[in-house]
Amino acid sequence: MFDFLDGYDLLGAFWLTVQLTFWSALGSLVWGTLLAAMRVGPVPLMRAFGTAYVTIVRNIPLTVIIVFTSLGLFQTLGVSLGADRFTTINFRLAVLGLTAYTSAFVCEALRSGINTVPLGQVEAARAIGLSFPQTLRIVVLPQAFRSVVGPLANVLIALTKNTTVAAAIGVAEAALLMREMIENEAQLILISAIFAFGFICLTLPTGLLLGRLARKVAVKR
Amino acid sequence: MPVPEGRVTDEGDALVVLRRVDKHFGSLHVLQAVDLTIRRGEVVVVIGPSGSGKSTLCRAINRLETIDGGEIRIDGRPLPAEGKELAGLRADVGMVFQSFNLFAHKTVLENVTLGQVKVRKKDRRTAEERARALLDRVGVAAQADKYPAQLSGGQQQRVAIARALAMDPKVMLFDEPTSALDPEMINEVLEVMQQLAREGMTMVVVTHEMGFARSAADRVVFMADGRIVEETTPEEFFGNPRSARARDFLSKILHH
Repeated sequence: MFDFLDGYDLLGAFWLTVQLTFWSALGSLVWGTLLAAMRVGPVPLMRAFGTAYVTIVRNIPLTVIIVFTSLGLFQTLGVSLGADRFTTINFRLAVLGLTAYTSAFVCEALRSGINTVPLGQVEAARAIGLSFPQTLRIVVLPQAFRSVVGPLANVLIALTKNTTVAAAIGVAEAALLMREMIENEAQLILISAIFAFGFICLTLPTGLLLGRLARKVAVKR
Repeated sequence: MPVPEGRVTDEGDALVVLRRVDKHFGSLHVLQAVDLTIRRGEVVVVIGPSGSGKSTLCRAINRLETIDGGEIRIDGRPLPAEGKELAGLRADVGMVFQSFNLFAHKTVLENVTLGQVKVRKKDRRTAEERARALLDRVGVAAQADKYPAQLSGGQQQRVAIARALAMDPKVMLFDEPTSALDPEMINEVLEVMQQLAREGMTMVVVTHEMGFARSAADRVVFMADGRIVEETTPEEFFGNPRSARARDFLSKILHH
């Protein structure tokens, strides 16, 4: 029944999906945190930049961003992100696009977490002489992260599924393989089901684990 | 003898000097040309009806509230604007809040250690020793490894006092430290403050606790409508208030 799978590297394709997810998650966690810091910070120029970035990027379709990384950044501007093989270039461009896009959502999730930290604790931190960056790093962000593990899990699950858009610029992740198989094989429903199942295998544990983590690290008030 | 530059010369042992301080919240003029001098080792209790500007006054001293006009000097130096210098000044001015404001994700010990390590750059062991000594002094040594939410309000406030003391401040500001406490916990906090006062700490205390004002204050400052109306010894103030505003206030709260 499953002999139509012969000759396709199903695991390899999903492995690439995992890699795309991992690096983009890492990138957007860092960049999203910086954006959130800018948006709550005291410097007007940074606040304006953070707000503009989130507003613009959040409202552009991911496909447009991913296609732009290839057509705009690479083919027009020659940005190859330090790689010389096509597959590596496209992979890195896809990670860049996914990171740029997902960061906006990480930033907003984190900002809602920052709003759960009582202002009094910020005043107390400043009253013992902590600088703004120290206050953010030591007092505000640790508590903000703990309160948004759940929302961040949602962002991560969305990111996992959004990696399929990387197929648009030829990254050989799961969705690209699915398209190829659908063109070549007759088992349309079965192929779709297999890929759907593959994604559930990736996202379901993420949701469960992070849900448990959210309960464990919640700050008692 | 030449006077070092930037020092106040006419205030004797003045530690905190406010001169013609003005502050508005929108159209509300909360501080109106307030003059106040606090000498080293002095305990000044600020009382007055709510909305009189006493909390704002207290918060202005370490610039948690900015002021619109006038000048505040601490130990001879004008209050710096935002930045490193301001952080340095705040470390020298201890602050205790009405709502304790302990760091909820850190243990009691970490709360008292944090500033010493991050601001005073002490090593962790020295900071912890000092923290434990301070926690012992305010009577919560046994709670060192608990989180703030596991403590009673009175215990939390005493930890907050220890946290402020750990910075070795020149002056301690108390912004209604007992107003959020259950009645049976008020005394344990006041006792710690009494002890501090006896040890010679310079203190500015905004409070409704008239008993504390009577017994611990060197001076009572009575505020109403953004102005200092009376400024005198507690005996004078409670025994023989001069202004009608103060007599009216006292008649409303001292009803036995």
